[in-house]
Amino acid sequence: MKKITMMLALLAITSTSIQAIAEVTSLRGVKDIEEPSSAPENKRYNKDGEPIPRDYVQQPPLIPHKITNYRINKKSNKCMSCHSWSKYREAGATKISQTHFESRDKQVLANVSARRYFCTQCHVPQVDAKPLVENEFEPVTAISGQ
Amino acid sequence: MSNNNSKDCNTLCKMWQALKKPSVSYSLGTLLVVGFISGIIFWGGFNTAMEMTNNEQFCISCHEMKDNVYQEYKQTIHYSNRTGVRATCPDCHVPREWTHKVVRKIQASNELLHKALGTIDTREKFEAKRLELATHVWAAMKSTDSRECRNCHNFEYMDFAEQGRRAIKQHSEGLEAGKTCIDCHKGIAHELPDMHEVDPGASIGEI
Repeated sequence: MKKITMMLALLAITSTSIQAIAEVTSLRGVKDIEEPSSAPENKRYNKDGEPIPRDYVQQPPLIPHKITNYRINKKSNKCMSCHSWSKYREAGATKISQTHFESRDKQVLANVSARRYFCTQCHVPQVDAKPLVENEFEPVTAISGQ
Repeated sequence: MSNNNSKDCNTLCKMWQALKKPSVSYSLGTLLVVGFISGIIFWGGFNTAMEMTNNEQFCISCHEMKDNVYQEYKQTIHYSNRTGVRATCPDCHVPREWTHKVVRKIQASNELLHKALGTIDTREKFEAKRLELATHVWAAMKSTDSRECRNCHNFEYMDFAEQGRRAIKQHSEGLEAGKTCIDCHKGIAHELPDMHEVDPGASIGEI
């Protein structure tokens, strides 16, 4: 009798777990494990536009243009050919913030600090991607002005 | 020889005297036809040889080019792009016009010398020389008003309206200021050298 109860309980557990597995859907969509998943649509970076407003305080400003093939390495930094203090006026670009000239000991340096040199660690270009999940985030009034 | 008799002549002088004499055994017609045909052969051969040294396959037959600049160029828009039009090495680095082309080809003998000397035969040696080599190319482009770029890209036929917001501004201002392509478009087909000396704001420099 005990054995039968055990068996029944086990059966119940497995069937519910199988059901649960079947119900789990990934954001990528449901695909049979053997089937090759279809490649996602190729996203294109937005065309050059005006600066994008920030959404929250201390957000690194987003890059409102394409940066394909812009190299940033120890030898050169393509971004800085427009955004540096010596070039921004001529290029009509936003100049790099003064906060980027500080060492980690808060020492002010004459050039961009190594810890702030690799722009794309924080600043990123945008594609017109629809949010995968609903999001009700609103910027604070001080930023949005609404 | 010459100190025995002042009339005595060395080989070069004898050849010159033979050339000065009118022909006695060949007709004028034969001389003209032979001269004309050999002219075609030599001239054609010269130009064919020059064209053979004027393509990508020839350039990358040296590992210095194949392993360094060619690999970098393969990542850029002049190698791979949406329309499939390519610009190969000589399109940018050898002038199209004959006179300038020959001048450039003569200058290339210096490159052969350094190939033999092994001046840039390792990646490290190449990297150490990169600033110097790039500076030469920039200076050449600047002095010819970026002639090789303009074989394909021409301000006259450039429709600014089709360009991006930044390109419109920079191109129209550049045109007015009399700038040339290379002033801004450095490092578009190969990696840049250490730019610390060229543009201190655009390089990390000393850490």
